[in-house]
Amino acid sequence: MNTNGGAASTGTPAIPNGSGAAAILAAGMGAFALAVLAVVGDKCAQLKPILSFYRPTGPLSGVTTVAIVLWLVTWAFLELRWRSNTVAMARVNAIAFVLLVLSLLLTFPPIADLL
Amino acid sequence: MQISSHGLWAMIHGLGFGGLYLLAFSGALLELYRFTTPADAYPGSPGRARFLKVYLILMAVLAWLAVLTGAYIVYPWYRAAAPPGTIDLSLYPQRLLMASPITIGWHSLGMEWKEHVAWLAPISITMVAFVFIRYGSDLRNHRQLRRAVLGFAWVAFLAAGVAGFLGAMIDKQAPVKGGRTIQLSSGGER
Repeated sequence: MNTNGGAASTGTPAIPNGSGAAAILAAGMGAFALAVLAVVGDKCAQLKPILSFYRPTGPLSGVTTVAIVLWLVTWAFLELRWRSNTVAMARVNAIAFVLLVLSLLLTFPPIADLL
Repeated sequence: MQISSHGLWAMIHGLGFGGLYLLAFSGALLELYRFTTPADAYPGSPGRARFLKVYLILMAVLAWLAVLTGAYIVYPWYRAAAPPGTIDLSLYPQRLLMASPITIGWHSLGMEWKEHVAWLAPISITMVAFVFIRYGSDLRNHRQLRRAVLGFAWVAFLAAGVAGFLGAMIDKQAPVKGGRTIQLSSGGER
């Protein structure tokens, strides 16, 4: 981690954007994975018992655990690949925000019920 | 004055972790804006940056504690199945809500939305904390990173706000009860 907390801005990035891009894209993908798994867990009766990792909590336990694992694995993978690089941040942002908005929409039951 | 252990956990989950997380948000958003705008507008000091890093880490911890206590401690009591023939459903909040057409929406829309949307908050705020710790005030030089951090921070607030509001409303309709009775005080008549 850097220690440039209060350093004055020079206008020139001191750290490549790859690490931040990895975290942002992974967060978008993790959120989307959670929303998709929530819909699948709700619609697919066969998957409900499989996703019930902790019986008292039911399928929510599997939905969230799998989504978090996917998020962290994706983050670690992207971090390893991008941390020293400068990536096309506008495209990463666009993808991350689309995934985030889709995940917000998919977690809203009336929209999920349309699928 | 007494409270049930289940009710106490619901308070710790909602008012404690969730409420503190939401209260912390205005400060976090303000400081994030100030720290990531051009340096001439707000020359942040290393001490303030360190403070914001710790603040964001604590917010992420609160968000995770809120969803984990919600999903693994309070939610099982909420969704507990009532034994066949149970007439008094007050110990089974989900069944109580579903028993009436007036309240069923609090479960089918409210809880179904809350139980999933809430998880977007810890994922988002963890990312925000990580990026701020990694970049600090260098975020001023990364316009796109800054946009994403602020955008995800707003979503982390929105998701927690929706979950918090629905949790409070559901708890008004069908509070989680049961467990051990905890005596808070034995106050007599004044």
